[in-house]
Parts: sequence; structure tokens; C-alpha cells
Amino acid sequence: MSLESLRAANNIERDTTWAELSFQERIDTAEFRIHERAHITVNGDSCRGCTTRECVVACPANLFVPTSDGGILFNYENCFECGTCYMVCNEAGAITWTYPEGGYGIVFHRT
Amino acid sequence: MTDTDIIVVGAGPAGSCAAIAAAKAGKRVVLIERGPFPGSKNMYGGVIYPRILDELIPDWFEHAPIQRWIVRRSTMLLSDTGALNIDYRSNAWGQAPYNGATAYRPDFDNWLAQQAVAAGAELICSTTVTGLLRDAQGRINGITTDRPDGDLTASVVIACDGVNSFIAKEAGLYKAVDASNYTLGVKETLSLPKSVIDERFGVRDNQGVDIEILGGTSGVNGGGFIYTNLDTIAVGVVLKLPKLSAQKKRPEEIIAELKRHPAIAPLIEGAEVIEYSAHLIPEAGLDMMPKMVADGLLVAGDAAALCLAAGIWLEGVNFAMASGMYAGQSAAQAMTAGNTTAAGLQTYTKKLNETFVLKDHKKLRKIPHLVLSDRVQHKYPGFVTGIVERMFRVENPHPKPGVRRILREERKKAGISLMDLVRDALTGLKGFG
Repeated sequence: MSLESLRAANNIERDTTWAELSFQERIDTAEFRIHERAHITVNGDSCRGCTTRECVVACPANLFVPTSDGGILFNYENCFECGTCYMVCNEAGAITWTYPEGGYGIVFHRT
Repeated sequence: MTDTDIIVVGAGPAGSCAAIAAAKAGKRVVLIERGPFPGSKNMYGGVIYPRILDELIPDWFEHAPIQRWIVRRSTMLLSDTGALNIDYRSNAWGQAPYNGATAYRPDFDNWLAQQAVAAGAELICSTTVTGLLRDAQGRINGITTDRPDGDLTASVVIACDGVNSFIAKEAGLYKAVDASNYTLGVKETLSLPKSVIDERFGVRDNQGVDIEILGGTSGVNGGGFIYTNLDTIAVGVVLKLPKLSAQKKRPEEIIAELKRHPAIAPLIEGAEVIEYSAHLIPEAGLDMMPKMVADGLLVAGDAAALCLAAGIWLEGVNFAMASGMYAGQSAAQAMTAGNTTAAGLQTYTKKLNETFVLKDHKKLRKIPHLVLSDRVQHKYPGFVTGIVERMFRVENPHPKPGVRRILREERKKAGISLMDLVRDALTGLKGFG
């Protein structure tokens, strides 16, 4: 064994020891059975006047995306149906929240 | 004549136990689940304490789809670089009559719902309840669903529809919903070979470990957890909603930071994320609970905020199963007695008050607030780990400092006034009974 390889073996400092997932890879680990009806709708006009944007950071599925014109782009398809968004939203009427049609939406398996 | 005797909304642990109890009492029961199968909408943060099932399913531990029996229960305090772990082990917990277990909720909840079917309940999945039906006097007497011709009438509706309970809200049983009463739980299920998990956690066969964590949530009030399944590890955080949304770090980034902690990283090294999940938790205990009885309606489980988040005790599935069982029994009794008004259904409230369901919540009323308070969250983990660090760091040639000096200096370093420390200690002592 060379001195170099001994030094390498001696280097026990390690950084992250697993591959960090992209958000899309993370979401792809969950099963969503998508219905054509959006079970949550977002009223963009209310969002334009909102400065706190609490949904953007809190939604675990990252479904609320700010747009350059000051609005919010929302897609219901990869929703966990948790309720965080309507709970943290400060703009009355901005979020209309229902459950998806029976049999659709998030399906957990090893949770 | 109603379509059925009792409608149970939601086939989670509360709903299935309600259905088992009512069916065993000889009533016609319809158990409605919006997911494609029971448990498909459910996740949790890790341990089921099924003792209460002894009453409904005496041999439950021979049949329930358990991953591992908890034989090591740890409470961990994390500072940025340090970790203090209080770890209790008892292999007896891994043998009958058992104590706590980990399970995949889609497996466990589905199994429990099948016990309801075996007891005579009719299980209808893939059906979302959209509202309540009322008779001419305004009493609740059924539900509407998203199915064509899907209205259903009954003498009693039992709402076990989870943390967002739109049924309890429609019935007017909740005060205004306050986001600060809720935490968001996010979790990764990580895949590792069973032998690797056994070695890293010091367990064998179907012995399991549950670690509950204070600190390590990136400054957002909440907590973390790690527990073992057979060949997966679950790691996650619970985050107080207003605190989460008032800062910049997203939930999955907070999990990633917990995973990188030097005390956590070696446990999960090389593991692959196989499922990411999220769910709300009703965290504020007694202070957020709705009324649980109305004319023709009972509320149980998370729908009634019956989740115990008291720091060293973190329980929910057992409260759901117990409240569901008592709701099912009370609904059946009220029907037999011919009075399903709120007055006729009050045996449910009485039963909750007489048992651990509300006794624990009353005793621990102040603890959820204490645990999520800024001092406990942001100052105490550093304070306590600082003390232990000083106690066990040998600084020869300097002699050991006295423990009192360490306490005083670390308290000042953590920015905790003596008065606040005494006050929190008293709240804790009184609150934990």
C-alpha cells in the first residue's frame, strides 16, 4: 500500500453519503391517481394582492409556483391532500379545497 | 326506514373500530372510504400502541400486519453538532403481550377494516362523502357522496374522516380553524437491507427502534423522528404550520438537513428514498377539540383532534381506535334505546371522559404548547447538550468544573433566564402529572 492510499484510507471525513433527490424524483416515489377534475382551485386574482405567499414554502408537494407577473401557478395533480395550503392561506377565497373523487388522488403504500 | 343503521365515514383506525364495535352490537353498518383501499390516504410518524384492541380483537397480535415490535424507545435532543440520546431497551416489549409496533398504515388500516367486514360491516371504498343529510327537524340522518344516486340514510353517522374533517366542520362542531393548532408531518421511507438495519440499530428478528427527536428541524418549531420497519427506515419531521410558512426553508429541505446531522447520517447511509409522504396532525390536544356529539352524529379519531403530542408521548392511532370503538358502541346503544339525538348519544362523551382518551388529554393539556414553545424548541436542546458536552469533555490539565458552574454558564450561554427555566420546569412537572 502506498503512502497515498494510506492517506486516502485515513480520510474518514465524508460529505453527504446519499444522492440528493431532485424534487421531481422525490414526488415520483409517490403514487397519484389523477382525476380530470381539479379538486383544489386557486383564484389568481387573490394571490396577486398577497405578499406573504405562505403556500409557496409550506406545500409539501411544491404545487404553488410564483409567476413573474405576480400570480401563482397551481397544479393539483401531485397533491398529498394534506390541507396545509388552505390552513396557512391568509387570503379569503383564494383556495377552494375539496377531496378528489373517490378512488383518485394520492395512494400511499409504505407509510 | 333508513338505508342502514350506522354510517361510518372513513376506514382509518377510528372508523374501522367504530364499524367493528357497532357490527358486533348487531347493527347494520356501512363503512365508507374515499381511497381505493383503507389506509391508502394515511401516514403517521411511527408507532401504534394496540393494547386497546384487546377488547375488540383479542388475538390481534397474531394477525395484525406488524413490521417490527418496538424494543428500543429513544428520545433524542439535537444541537447543531451534538446529540443527547435517552434510550430505553426492553426485549420483553418484543414478546406477547407486546407494547408498541411499527407498521405500514396502508397494510395495518386495511387489515383493521377487514376485521370490520368480518364482523358484518359493509365496506365501500373509492367513495368520497360530500356532505350531510338532515331530516325535517334538522337532525343528521345520512350522507351525500360523489357516486351517482349515492345518498345514504342512517340513524347515526360516525365521522372518522380525519384531520380535515369536513363533516365535523359542516355540522358546526369546530370553532374557527386555527393553523397554529396543526403541524405538517413529512416523511421519507428509506430502503435498506434488513441485516444492515439490524446491525445499525442493534436489534434482531422483528425487534424495532423508535427515536423521537427534539431539535434538528432547522429552527422551525416541531420535532423529528426515525423508526425502523423490517427493511425500510422512516425518517421525518413535524413542523408547526405558521412557523413553517413564516420562513424560507421547504419541508423536504428540513428533512434533508436532519438526515445530514452527524448523529443521524450514519444510521441512514446508503439508503434510497422509496416513498415520500405528507399529512397534517392535530397537535394542540384538548384546546382544539371540537364538540364530538350532535343529533345523529359522533366524531372520533383525528376528526375530533384526538392526537396526543406531548413531547415524550406521541400517540394517535390508539386514541383513534379507542374513540372509534366507544363511538360505535355508543351509537349502537343509542339506537337500541331509540334515542339518537345528541342527548341519547352522550354515553360517548361519558366514555371518553372515563377512559385514557380524555383523561390523558386533560392531564397533559399544557404539554403540547410547552413542547412547541420557542424556549423548548430553540434554547433547551442547545442548553442540555451543552451541559453534557462540558460534563464529559476532559480538559486536563484543568480540573473538572463543578456541575453547578456548568449549569450556570450553559444557561447564560443559551440565553435562558433562571425565572423562565423554573417556570418551564414547573409547567412540565405539573403538566406531566
